[in-house]
Amino acid sequence: MLLGPSLAVSAILFTLGVVGVLLRRNAIVIFMCIELMLNAVNLTFIALSQQLGLDGQVFVFFVMTVAAAEAAVGLAIVIAVYRHKDTVNLQRINLLRG
Amino acid sequence: MTPLAGGIADWVGLAIALPFAGFLVNGLLAFVAPRRRALVGAVGVGSVVAAFLVGVAVFLALLAAHPAEPYVVTLWSWIPAGRLQVDAALQVDQLSVVMLLAVTGVSSLIHVFSLGYMGDDPGYARYFAYLNLFVAFMLVLVLGASFPVLFIGWEGVGLCSYLLIGFWFEEREKADAGLKAFLVNRIGDAGFLIAMFLIFKHLGSLDFQAVFAGAPTALAPGGATVTAIALFLFMGCVGKSAQIPLYVWLPDAMAGPTPVSALIHAATMVTAGVYLVARANVLFAMAPVASAVVAGVGALTALFAATIGLKQWDIKKVLAYSTVSQLGYMFVGVGVGAYAAGIFHLVTHAFFKALLFLGAGSVIHMMHRAYHHTGRHADAQDMRNMGGLAAYMPWTARAMWVATLAIAGIPPLSGFFSKDEILGAAFARGAAQPFYYVVWAFGLAAAFLTAIYMTRLMLYTFHGPNRTGEAERAHLGEAPGVMTWPVVTLAALALVGGALNLPHVGTLEHWLDPVTEASAAFLPALAPAPGVEIALMAAAALIGIGGIWLAFRALHPETLLPPERAPRETGFARLLLEKYRVDEAYRAVIVRPLVWVARNLLWRGLDAGVIDTAGVNGSAAVARGLGWLGSRLQSGQVTSYLVIFVLGAIAVLAALLHPSLSAVYHLWAR
Amino acid sequence: MTDLLASIGYARWALSALLLIPLAGALLVWAAPVQAAKRIAFAVTLVEFVVSVGLWWAYDPAGPVMQVGGWLPWIPAWGIAYRVGIDGISLFMVLLTTFLMPLAVLGSWSGITRREKAYYALMLVLTTGMIGVFVALDLFLFYVFWEVMLIPMYFIIGVWGGQGRLYASIKFFIYTFLGSLLMLVAILVLYFSAGRAAGGVYSFAYDHILRYASLPVSAQFWLFGAFFLAFAIKVPMVPFHTWLPDAHVEAPTAGSVILAGILLKMGTYGFLRFAVPLFPRVAMSPAVSTTVITLAVVGIIYGALVAMVQPDFKKLIAYSSVSHLGFVVLGIWAMTVQSTQGALLVMINHGISTGALFFLVGMIYERRHSRLVADFGGLARVMPMFAAVLTLVSLSSIGLPGTNGFVGEFLVLLGTFRTHPVAAGIAATGVIFAACYLLWALQRVIYYALDKEPNRKLPDLTRREWGVLVPLVVVILWLGLAPGAVLRRMEPSARHFVAMVENRVPRMAGLTPEPGPPPAPASPAAGGAAAGGRAR
Repeated sequence: MLLGPSLAVSAILFTLGVVGVLLRRNAIVIFMCIELMLNAVNLTFIALSQQLGLDGQVFVFFVMTVAAAEAAVGLAIVIAVYRHKDTVNLQRINLLRG
Repeated sequence: MTPLAGGIADWVGLAIALPFAGFLVNGLLAFVAPRRRALVGAVGVGSVVAAFLVGVAVFLALLAAHPAEPYVVTLWSWIPAGRLQVDAALQVDQLSVVMLLAVTGVSSLIHVFSLGYMGDDPGYARYFAYLNLFVAFMLVLVLGASFPVLFIGWEGVGLCSYLLIGFWFEEREKADAGLKAFLVNRIGDAGFLIAMFLIFKHLGSLDFQAVFAGAPTALAPGGATVTAIALFLFMGCVGKSAQIPLYVWLPDAMAGPTPVSALIHAATMVTAGVYLVARANVLFAMAPVASAVVAGVGALTALFAATIGLKQWDIKKVLAYSTVSQLGYMFVGVGVGAYAAGIFHLVTHAFFKALLFLGAGSVIHMMHRAYHHTGRHADAQDMRNMGGLAAYMPWTARAMWVATLAIAGIPPLSGFFSKDEILGAAFARGAAQPFYYVVWAFGLAAAFLTAIYMTRLMLYTFHGPNRTGEAERAHLGEAPGVMTWPVVTLAALALVGGALNLPHVGTLEHWLDPVTEASAAFLPALAPAPGVEIALMAAAALIGIGGIWLAFRALHPETLLPPERAPRETGFARLLLEKYRVDEAYRAVIVRPLVWVARNLLWRGLDAGVIDTAGVNGSAAVARGLGWLGSRLQSGQVTSYLVIFVLGAIAVLAALLHPSLSAVYHLWAR
Repeated sequence: MTDLLASIGYARWALSALLLIPLAGALLVWAAPVQAAKRIAFAVTLVEFVVSVGLWWAYDPAGPVMQVGGWLPWIPAWGIAYRVGIDGISLFMVLLTTFLMPLAVLGSWSGITRREKAYYALMLVLTTGMIGVFVALDLFLFYVFWEVMLIPMYFIIGVWGGQGRLYASIKFFIYTFLGSLLMLVAILVLYFSAGRAAGGVYSFAYDHILRYASLPVSAQFWLFGAFFLAFAIKVPMVPFHTWLPDAHVEAPTAGSVILAGILLKMGTYGFLRFAVPLFPRVAMSPAVSTTVITLAVVGIIYGALVAMVQPDFKKLIAYSSVSHLGFVVLGIWAMTVQSTQGALLVMINHGISTGALFFLVGMIYERRHSRLVADFGGLARVMPMFAAVLTLVSLSSIGLPGTNGFVGEFLVLLGTFRTHPVAAGIAATGVIFAACYLLWALQRVIYYALDKEPNRKLPDLTRREWGVLVPLVVVILWLGLAPGAVLRRMEPSARHFVAMVENRVPRMAGLTPEPGPPPAPASPAAGGAAAGGRAR
C-alpha cells in the first residue's frame, strides 16, 4: 500500500540531503541535511515494515534516539566552533588539514 | 737425543729476552728518567753484549755437537688451532747461529757507537729502547723455528725500523719515510702471508722441520705449487730486502739516525730476505723458475741501484743504494743455489757496510758539530760540503778505505771472496742455462760500478781540498773513541772476514751443509771448472781494480763546488740524480689514484652518494613523499571528505549491484 | 678453581645472576643520589665481571656443547621459556661484554655530565640485553633481548651524542629494527614449521627448532634471507653499513666502545648461532656462499680504503670496523676450524683493540673537543704516554704479529685459504690497507711538528685513563703471545659448528645426535644439570 510512492519520497528526501551536505557551506544547514537523510531512511524503514515485519519500526525508534543525541552533541560542537572561529562556514574551518 | 739438550742451547731464548728486557727498562726510563744517560747506555749496550755472549756460548755448544738436525727449543704453545699447531719455538742450527752471531756482534758494536753518536740527543733513552727492541725482534726472526714465529720477528723489525727511521718525528719527511718503509714492507708481507697459507694448505704444518722434510715428497719439484710458494716468499723478501720493485723505501730510510742505518738498513734487517731464502732453500731449489726469478731480480737490482749510486751527493744515499745493490748480489747468490755463498756475502757485507755507515756517521757527526759551533746551516751529509777529511779523521778514513776495498772486491779482503763465490756459481750455472750468464754479466757490471761509486765517495769525502769553510775547519777532528773503536774493529773484520769461507776450504759452506744438504739433490753442480775459476777470480779482481783506477782518473775532487754553487745536472746524470724518478712514478700511478678512488669514488660517490643519499635517505624521502601525498587528501574541508565518502558509497553500491563487479566482489570476499 | 665454583653451585645460577645483577644495579642507580650514580654503576659492572670470570673455569671444553644452563617456564602455552646456556662461542662474547662494561663506565666518568643517573641506568640495562643475546637459547627470548639492547643504545646515542645525534640514532634504530622485524617473521615461521614437524610440540627452544624445523629449500632461502639481513645490518656488512659511521661519530665514547666492541659482534654471533646452523644448505649453497664471501672481501678492502680518506678519526675507526668484521664473516663462511676460531678471535680482538682506539680518541676529544685528524699533530711531544699506548693499540688493530690482531686475522686467512684461496688472497691485501689508514692517521696525530697552539698544553694520561687502558693493553699482549688457552676453549665449539654444517643431512642438522622428541627445555637444563652434576 503506497509502497512505491513512499520509497520514492524517501529517495527524494535522501538525495536532497546528500546534495545539501555536499553543496552547502553552513554547518547548521549541513547538519539539518544530515537529519533529512536520517529521516529519509526512517521513512524507508516504516514503508517496508508493512511487508517485512516490525523490526523496521523498532529501528526507527533507535534512529530517532540517536538523531536526538547527535543533534545535542553536534549543535554543541557547532556552537563551540562558532565561539572560536566566529563563523560556521565549513570552508573556513580546516583544523584537520594534513 | 741430541747432545745439545740440557746445555746452553736450551737457554738460547735468553738472547732474545735480554735485549727485550733492555727495551722494557729503557722504555720505562724514557718516561720516568730520560736524563739517566749512563744507566740507559749501560742497559742498552749491556743487554746486547750479553746476548752476544749467549750467542757465543750457543755457538760453542753447537760446534761441539755439530748435529745433523736442528735443535728446537719449544717455549710454549702459541697458536693451537686444530691441525695448525704453532709453538713459540726457537731453532738452533748452523744457519741460525751464524745469523745470531752476526746480528748480536754487529749490534753490540753499533750500540757502542751509538753511545757517542746519540750522546746529545734528548731522546737518548727512547733511542736505546727502540734499538734493543730491534735486536730482540731480529733474533726472533733468525731463531724462530717456524714461519709464523719468524714472521713475528719479520714484522717486528719492520716496526722498529719504522720507529727508528721516524725517530726525529717532528720533521715531516723523516716521519713519512718511516711510514713509507712500513707500508712498502707490508706489501711484501702480504706475499709472505699467502706463502704461509699455501705451505699450510699443501704441507699441513708451518714448522721449518716439518715443512722442509715434507716438501720433497709432498710437492712436485718444479711444480706450480712449490713455484708459487717460493715466489710468494720471495715477494716478502723483495719488500724486506729492498729489491726491485719495492726497493724505494730503503734510500728514504736514511732519514733515521746513522747507526740505525748501519744496523737495520745495512747489516741486519734488510738481509732478512736473504736469510729467508737460505732458510727455505729446499723450497727454492725445488722451484727452478722461482730461483731464476730470485737471481734475475737480484742481478737487475744490483746493477740498477749501482747506477743510481754513481750520481748521489748525499753520503748516506750513496751507501743506501750501495746496500740495495749488494743485497741484489746476495739474492743472486741464493738464487743460483749457492746458499752458503749468499749467507757468506751477507756476513761480510754486514761487516763492511756497517763500517761504511758508521764511518759516514762519524763524518756526519763531526760535520754537525762543526756547523753547530759556527751556527751555520748547511747539509752535513752532502759530500760537496766535505773534502779532505782524511787529514782530520785519519782512523775513520783508513777504516773506510778498508771497507771500500772490501766492497769493491779487491783481494784478499772479505768482499772479494764472497762476491767471487756468487759470481762463480752464477757462471757455473750458465753452462746449463745461458740465462745465468746474463746474471753473471750483470753482477760483474755492478761490481765495476761499485768500485767506481765507492772510490768517488772516498775521494770526495776524505781527499782533495777541504770545502767545509774556514770557521768550521777549526772544529773538525777525529770522532771520540767510543765511536772510532767500533769502526776500527769492523775494519779488522772486513779485512779478514774472507777467511770464513776461503775457496776450496769453505769453512762456512761445510758448516752450513746440514742446513742446505736437502736442497743439493735438486741443484746442478755450482763449482766452475778449475781453470775457469782462476780466470773468473782474476776477472773479478781486475774489474774492481779497474773501477777504482777509472774513478781516480776521471774524478777531480779539487774542481768540486759546494751544492749552492754547483751547476744543475742535465741529461742522464740528472735522471740518475733523481733516481730514475721511480718514486714520482709510483706516486702518480699508484698512490694518488688509490687515494682519489677511495675518496671520490668510494667514499663520496658510493658511500655518501649512492648508499646513503640514494639508498638510505632516498627511502626515507620516498616514505616522506608518500606521506605528503596522503596529507594532501587531508584538506580539512569537511565537504571534500564528504564528496569522497559519497563517491565511495556509490562505488560500493555499484559494485554490489552490477553483475560483473559483484562477481569480483564475491571472489574477493571469499 | 673448578672445585670452588662447584662448591657454590656456580653453574646453576651464574648466567641468571649475570642477567639480573645489571638490572638490579640499574634500579639502584635510579634510586641513589646522582653523585653516586657512576660509582654504583662501576661497582655493579665490576661485580658482574668478577661473577662472569668464573665461566672461564665452569665451561669445560671437553663437556657437552651447551653448558652452564638455566631454565624457567615463561609462557608455556606457546612453548616460550627462559632457556640460557653457553658454549665456547658465547662464553667469550659474555666475557668480552663483562670485561668492556666496567671500562666503558670508567671511560664515561668525566665525559658524561648531563642526566648521569639515566645514562648509567641505561648502560646497565644494556648490559643485561647484550648478555641476554649471547646466552639465550630460546628464539623468542633471543628476540626479546635483541630488542632490549636496541633501546638503551638508541637513547645513549640520541641523548648523550654529538651534533647530529638525532639523525644518527634514528638511522641506527630504523636500520636495526628493519632487520629484526624480518627476523621475527622468520622465527615465527620456523616455530610453526618445527611444531608441525614435531607432532604438535610447539617450542621456541633453539635445539627443538634446529632439530625439527623442516621447510622446502625455497622457503629456507627466504627465511635465511631474513636472518641474514638482520645480522648483516648489525655486523655491518657492505652495503648495509652506513648507519655505523654516523652512529659511531655521534655516540659518546663509551657508546662507541660498546657499539664496536659488543653490538657489532651480535651480527656475527647471529651468523654462527642461527643463520648458518639453521639453514646450512642455503647458507653454504654456492650462490649464497659466493655472494657472502664476496661481500666480506669487498667489505675488507672497501672499509679500509674508505677509512683511509676519512678526516674524522672516529669515522676512520668506524670504517675500519667494517673492514675487520669482513674478516669475521669471511672466516665463518670459509667453514674450516681454523677460520672459525680465527673469526671468533677477531671478534674478541676487534672488541679489545677498536674499543681501546675509541677510548683513546675519546680522551683527546675530551681535551681538545675535536675529532679531526688534521687538528692534531706532534702529540708524542706533549703526551708521550698517550702516544705510546695509541701506537701499541694501532699496531694491534693492524695485526702486527705478537699482538692479538695478528693471531685472529692469520687464522681466518689461513683457514679461508684452504677452501677459498682467491678470497683469502685478496683479503690478505687488506693487511696492507689496514696499515695505510691507521698508521697514516697515527702519524698525523702523534708525529710531525707540534704546530697547533691548542695542542701545546694537553695533559698526558690521567690515572683513571690508565685504569681504562691498562687492562686492554694487557689483553692485547696476552692474546697476541699466548692465545692458547682461549683457542683451546673455542675449538670444540668451532669444530661442532663446522661439523654441524658439513653434515648436511636431508633435514636440518640436529644439535644432539640421539633420536626421539625431546621435551622442549631438556637440553639446556641438561647441560646445566651436567655442569651441576660435576659440581657435586
